[in-house]
Amino acid sequence: MEKVTSLASEKGVVLFSKSSCCMCYAVKILFQELRVTPMVHEIDQDPEGWEMEKALKRLGCNGPVPAIFIGGKLVGSTNEVMSLHLSGGLLPMLKPYQTLC
Amino acid sequence: MNSPTPQFVPSRLGIYEPIHQIGIWGENFKSNGNPNTSTSVIVEVDNKLENESETTSHEMLTASNNYKQEASKPIDKIQRRLAQNREAARKSRLRKKAYVQQLENSRLKLIQLEQELQRARQQGLYMGGVLEGSHIGFSGTVNSGIAAFEMEYGRWVDVQHRQICELRTALNAHISDIELRILVESGIGHYFELFRMKSTVAKADVFYVISGVWKTSAERFFSWIGGFRPSELLKVLVPQLDPLTEQQILEVCNLKQSCQQAEDALSQGMEKLQETVSSTVAGGPVDEVSYIPQVATAMEKLEALVSFVNQADHLRQETLQQMSRILTTRQAARGLLALGEYFHRLRALSTLWATRPPEPSLP
Repeated sequence: MEKVTSLASEKGVVLFSKSSCCMCYAVKILFQELRVTPMVHEIDQDPEGWEMEKALKRLGCNGPVPAIFIGGKLVGSTNEVMSLHLSGGLLPMLKPYQTLC
Repeated sequence: MNSPTPQFVPSRLGIYEPIHQIGIWGENFKSNGNPNTSTSVIVEVDNKLENESETTSHEMLTASNNYKQEASKPIDKIQRRLAQNREAARKSRLRKKAYVQQLENSRLKLIQLEQELQRARQQGLYMGGVLEGSHIGFSGTVNSGIAAFEMEYGRWVDVQHRQICELRTALNAHISDIELRILVESGIGHYFELFRMKSTVAKADVFYVISGVWKTSAERFFSWIGGFRPSELLKVLVPQLDPLTEQQILEVCNLKQSCQQAEDALSQGMEKLQETVSSTVAGGPVDEVSYIPQVATAMEKLEALVSFVNQADHLRQETLQQMSRILTTRQAARGLLALGEYFHRLRALSTLWATRPPEPSLP
């Protein structure tokens, strides 16, 4: 759990993913479109991946991936990110972390 | 010494093989009435033993020395027999492997045939679905989840039709906003009900939902991950909603953009899934009879399709919810009417297309 929370606070936008997960890929594409480069952790390539998976599940991410943290706080999985985006709430949260290009 | 009881000699494999050669040799002695011949055989055998090369293993030599009548010949026979046994065992294993592969292939073929049968039945269902409102459930369907959905969807379309008529009447009659709000809520709730139904049947057969075979042909033409595109929905609604305030125009514009972005992300995710499944199925040598590992792995990857279908419906739901928030009650009622009427016309188009007169043949 500590690894997950410490990694989650390392950067403004953090995404826990699996390299084989296509939904995670979709979320990465969305962030790209929003000019944000999240710090991506592929937990299937991490030696402590299994513990990280359990930790994410305990935090409420059933996937357990994709799991998105903004400003160190858990936003949720694909559902939450999509709802937030359509309601207009995602962009304000991402504004400090958007690249200028 | 002449007794035919089997003795054991350690072979090179460490397996103790019975020597029946003693019996053979014993018989030779018996059959040869001529003592001179027997003696010469023994002499020959003894000579052979003395000329035994070092290639024979130490145990063999020791054992052979114990049984003077046996020369190198029985040891060769043992080795030959062992080799024959090994060969026979190997052939048996190969035959068994081939048989098992045949069984597995037959099993897969059976599954394929069952699926084709189900598809054919669904095609039969679709033909019934061309006539609007007559979505009849097929009691013989292999998948009961699909049969249940077919029936429920038929009812859903009927209720939808009734709701549209009620909205039209209500808007023309200029009823109060409170009463109109009730109609709007039930209209939106009705769409949410469809998403719930789709989620259930997607668990039973996700390909069924994605194929859109439960919809009419014109509706299917516009299908995106098992339903309508949220951005398409907005394109249909917005022109019907004039006049919109400046604030509303801005919010609708933002919703259009975020909708489009979310759709793009999901579309690309779907493409990635297609690539993944395709490369898994195509992988491995093609000259091998068995393709089970590839197909089995592909099965796992296809599980992701269910989450894409669910997420697409989630987008549709959120779009409707946001529009309901942005618009006034009256605008929302007009929007629902426009949307319902749009799908009603698409279904009519499907029916018309299916029943159009055949092309006149050229003279």
